[in-house]
This record gives sequence, C-alpha cells and structure tokens, in this order.
Amino acid sequence: MVKLEEEVVRRQRQRARILAWLLGGFVVLMFLITIAKTGMNW
Amino acid sequence: MPAIELTNPAALPADWRDILALTKPRVMSLVVFTGLCGLLVAPVSLPLVLGFTAILCIALGAGACGALNQWYEADIDAKMRRTAKRPLPAGRMDRQSALHFGVGLAFFSVLLMGLATNWLAAALLTASILFYVLVYTMWLKPRTAQNIVIGGAAGAFPPLIGWVAATGHVSALPLFLFAIIFLWTPPHFWALSLFVRSDYAAAGIPMLPVVAGVSNTRRQIFLYSLPMAAAAVAPWFMGLTGSAYGASAAVLSFVFVVLAARVMANRATEPAQMAPEKKLFAYSVFYLFALFAVLVADRWLAW
Repeated sequence: MVKLEEEVVRRQRQRARILAWLLGGFVVLMFLITIAKTGMNW
Repeated sequence: MPAIELTNPAALPADWRDILALTKPRVMSLVVFTGLCGLLVAPVSLPLVLGFTAILCIALGAGACGALNQWYEADIDAKMRRTAKRPLPAGRMDRQSALHFGVGLAFFSVLLMGLATNWLAAALLTASILFYVLVYTMWLKPRTAQNIVIGGAAGAFPPLIGWVAATGHVSALPLFLFAIIFLWTPPHFWALSLFVRSDYAAAGIPMLPVVAGVSNTRRQIFLYSLPMAAAAVAPWFMGLTGSAYGASAAVLSFVFVVLAARVMANRATEPAQMAPEKKLFAYSVFYLFALFAVLVADRWLAW
C-alpha cells in the first residue's frame, strides 16, 4: 500500500515539472513562430 | 500527520500517464501522419517551425477529441473489456478533470494553429473537433448504425488541415484525401466491430453488426471498399499525382478489396474464427499509412 500523502506530493511534483517543461517549450515555440513569420513578412 | 493508506485513486492528482492516455496516442499517430502528408504534398513549403506547429496543433486537436470522447463515454467504456482500463472507467481520474483538459487542449490547439499558420486551417481544425465531439460522439454514435459512416468525416479532416495550413486554401487533391479517409473509415471500423461486437452490444452502442447482423455488415464492408478504392486511384486519373502513386494505389486498393471479399465470404459468427476480419482490420491501418506515404514520395519525385 502506498501512503496517500507521499503519493500526492510525488504526483504534484511530477506534474509541476512536466508543466514547467511544456511552458518553457511553448515560450520557445512562440519565439520561433514570431521569427519565422517575420521572415516571411506575414 | 498520520499516514493515510491509498484506497481511492481518484482522490489523487492524475498521473501524467493517465493524462496522456486520455489523448488516445495510438489513434493520434494516424491522424498526425495523414495531416503531415497533407502538409508535405502541398505545393507550398512552410518554414520548418510553422510546419511543425501545424502538425502539433493537429495532434493536440486529436488529443482534445480523445479526451472529450472519454469524458462523455466514461460509462460506456466501463462496460467494454477493450476500454474498461482507461483512466476514467478505472477510477484513476475524475470526469471533470478530463472535461477541463479536453476543452483547454481544443482551445489551445485552434488558437495556436490560427496564430502560426492561418485562420482557415484553424477553422477547419475547429470544425473537425466539433464534428467529432458533438456530431459523432454525442449525437450519432449512441443513436444510429450509420455513426461511423457520417462520423468518419471527423477523421478525414487532418490531410485537408495540413494542406490548408501550408497553402491557405482548399483544392482538389486534399478533397480526394478527405474522401479516401471518409470511405476507408466504415470498412476499417466495421471489421473491428465484427470481432468485438459483443462488447458494443453489452454497452448498448448500435454498431452495424449489433443492429443489422454479421452477414449484412460483411456485405457493407465489401461494398464500401469499392468506392474507397475508386477514390484512392482517382487523383491519378485526374492528373493530380504521378504514375508511381497510381500504380501503388491500384495494387494496395486491389489487396484491400480482395481481403474485403474474403470477409464477405466468411460465415463464422464466433470472434475466434474471424481471421479474415482481423486481417482486414490490420491491413486497413497499413493501407492508409502506405497510401499516404506513397503519395508524398510521388509528389517529391515529381518536383
């Protein structure tokens, strides 16, 4: 049996880490999209 | 604080694997592939990052559809062996989280598509998500045996979206690609539903084998494979593709029709004896992958 409190903290940390990576990726992607669209003169 | 033993998994924040499972990654792979092919055969080349973003948006839109489908059908999924282990029926996630995730993903994918490529592609992505969730999942699937026939349109959108993301307009070739997937969907799903029909019957979903019987479904599979084959070779006859695609499409479609004829000839009613149906289902997945891959290769050879 897994202790609830430990499992909740583990999952919250895991999700926070994944969300941080996704947000970081999104910021980089938006930057690259802006560069690409500026280059295409859209 | 005293330690509490885990008795109710739904009380926990969902594991990332369960969130990923909500998006139906296996279904997404075919959607992403056909969308990518639509993008690659377009006569306009997008900057790599915009092409990547367009495919990402198609994938996210498909993921949103998967999540909203599982949110709406959690009760039905619980009754079917094939789907009972999904996060919602298994109780590893609550329905509200799935709904929020699906709606959020849908909005995000459409917005990003519009910003990165063009708003016609974003509108088509919106239409495909709404069609899949509202028309197919909520309206047709629980009501009519023709659910797959009309609902197949939702899965046919990705190559059209990929093309429009690159060009900004709709033309003949992506409409043929739409037609191929639209006509491919009924034989593909009916082959599956023949050997899992007891699951559909238990869940009360009026799939064709449940409502119209096994032999009628087998006949329909064969009949639908004929216009599908015609749609597959049509771009060649219309001069939209080269002979490499035409010859490959003819051979691939011929094999499909032969396998569909074998299904029609089968008289078995037990899933264990439905080898032709299982073969057709497996081949139908290969068929679509191969057809679209050949189309891309053909267009690249022509340039």
